[in-house]
Amino acid sequence: MARSRRPAVDEWFAGEGARFRLLGTRCAACAAVFFPREDTHCRNPACPGGELTEVPLSPRGRVWSYTDSRYRPPSPYVSDPELPWEPYALIAVELAAERIVVLGQAVPGVTVADLAVGMEVEVVAGVLYEDTGTTWLTWHWRPTEVAV
Amino acid sequence: MTDGVAVLGAGMHPWGKWGRGFTEYGAVAARAALADAGLTWGEVGSIVGAVTVRGGYPGYVAGASFAKALGWQGARVASVYAACASGAQAVDTARAQILAGLADVVLVVGGDAAPKGFFRPVGGDRPDDPDWLRFRVLGATNPTYFGLYARRRMAVHGDTAEDFALVKVKNSAAGALNPNARYRRRVGAEEVAASAMVADPLRLLDICATSDGGAALVLSSMEFARRHGVADPVRIRAVSTVTPRYPSTVLDLPDIATDSTVAAEPPDGSFRASIARAAYEEAGVGPEDLSLAEVYDLSTALELQWYEDLGLCAEGEGAKLLREGATALGGRIPVNASGGLASFGEAVPAQAIAQVCELTWQLRGQAGGRQVEGARVGITANQGLFGHGSSVIAVR
Repeated sequence: MARSRRPAVDEWFAGEGARFRLLGTRCAACAAVFFPREDTHCRNPACPGGELTEVPLSPRGRVWSYTDSRYRPPSPYVSDPELPWEPYALIAVELAAERIVVLGQAVPGVTVADLAVGMEVEVVAGVLYEDTGTTWLTWHWRPTEVAV
Repeated sequence: MTDGVAVLGAGMHPWGKWGRGFTEYGAVAARAALADAGLTWGEVGSIVGAVTVRGGYPGYVAGASFAKALGWQGARVASVYAACASGAQAVDTARAQILAGLADVVLVVGGDAAPKGFFRPVGGDRPDDPDWLRFRVLGATNPTYFGLYARRRMAVHGDTAEDFALVKVKNSAAGALNPNARYRRRVGAEEVAASAMVADPLRLLDICATSDGGAALVLSSMEFARRHGVADPVRIRAVSTVTPRYPSTVLDLPDIATDSTVAAEPPDGSFRASIARAAYEEAGVGPEDLSLAEVYDLSTALELQWYEDLGLCAEGEGAKLLREGATALGGRIPVNASGGLASFGEAVPAQAIAQVCELTWQLRGQAGGRQVEGARVGITANQGLFGHGSSVIAVR
């Protein structure tokens, strides 16, 4: 039986293929943007507080910094201890329109050797882990100029 | 600002992996600090414990755990949790009690029995906890954040892996002279370069270990110190416990994203710089007055960042200051004369207190082979997860 596909975190991203987007919220009073989404109160201390509405974030940005994880992270990260550890890269990405830096894993196969600060990346849907019934989805950053 | 409060005693349990409970480390450190102060536990009116978190009740309610271990004697008690800033907030709580006239003498204690390997959140499914989420969704351990800062410095300031290694070389040389340090062996640059990569570009020897350890201070009013026969004690002149200002633009542990600067311009200077600035303002001193600094070198690269945030040099000049030897023992402004976390490892609620112990010994001229000649003013700096600032200025 096919696994169902579900986001690893509810309401942080949506869409398939080229329409995949991270979802933040925007304050109607001061225009501040929040990711991960802020649904309770605007956190700008100078803002009287406005309605927070969902807003998709820009799909492309530039690498602010990057690193990788050469050792298996502890739980609650999910990985199969039976398999050898495959390091993944982490990329912090600056989104120009939102003026925000968002962290995420690189798409599988992209290593730190492929990355440079300032390089353009785009957000894509990715698989965080799978269990018996479910494929748990996340977001990945993919360099626009690196073939994977 | 008053003249501050007096540091009558300082004590530690050596750092290491001892496999015992945090209460024992704290109690050993507390007894050492009391002996150093020439006071008995029965003369202490208040105890403040810095809290560790290991499931269940945080730190098993630290202040009271230490009070029980030392023997219940009816002292006022408080427990403080602020992640890595817990120790500084414990000092601040003690100071506030003394300045308010609620207590003459306060014992401040921190101890920890850290887990081996990576710090991790306590168990359970907690999708509303940002610390749990960064592990679950990103596998972002603490070293990966250190790696991000380090790589950013390389891109923006031109720092190199060799610069980072030099921090370890410097701190290990100081730590070799400190009987309380866990690692007491000089480390060479080749050894750092040959150690395993943990989070590119940082290697195992660029990143501090987790340790067991304890540290304690006996603080008092200046009036009590004089009555006690100590005319010229080390004094705490500032304790900075500031939070960040919105919008925070540095991706800090355990954040998944920064604040957006669409609606508000970022404040002048980083959060770390504001921690130091608040301490300088409270103490009425500046970076040019410092004899030494104890900073949180969670990674070698982060120590260079602190040079700039403390105003020891201009932004981007940290590696240059290091290469000149200014921050080594014998240099213009020694940093981490104790050996730092590179030599101690991290025992979270004890470390900010341990930094003040080092300032105390340095300002008294009791630091042995690692003594900073003629030390008069010292600063400590660290940053607690979730927006806790921590800096202490002590003078003599």
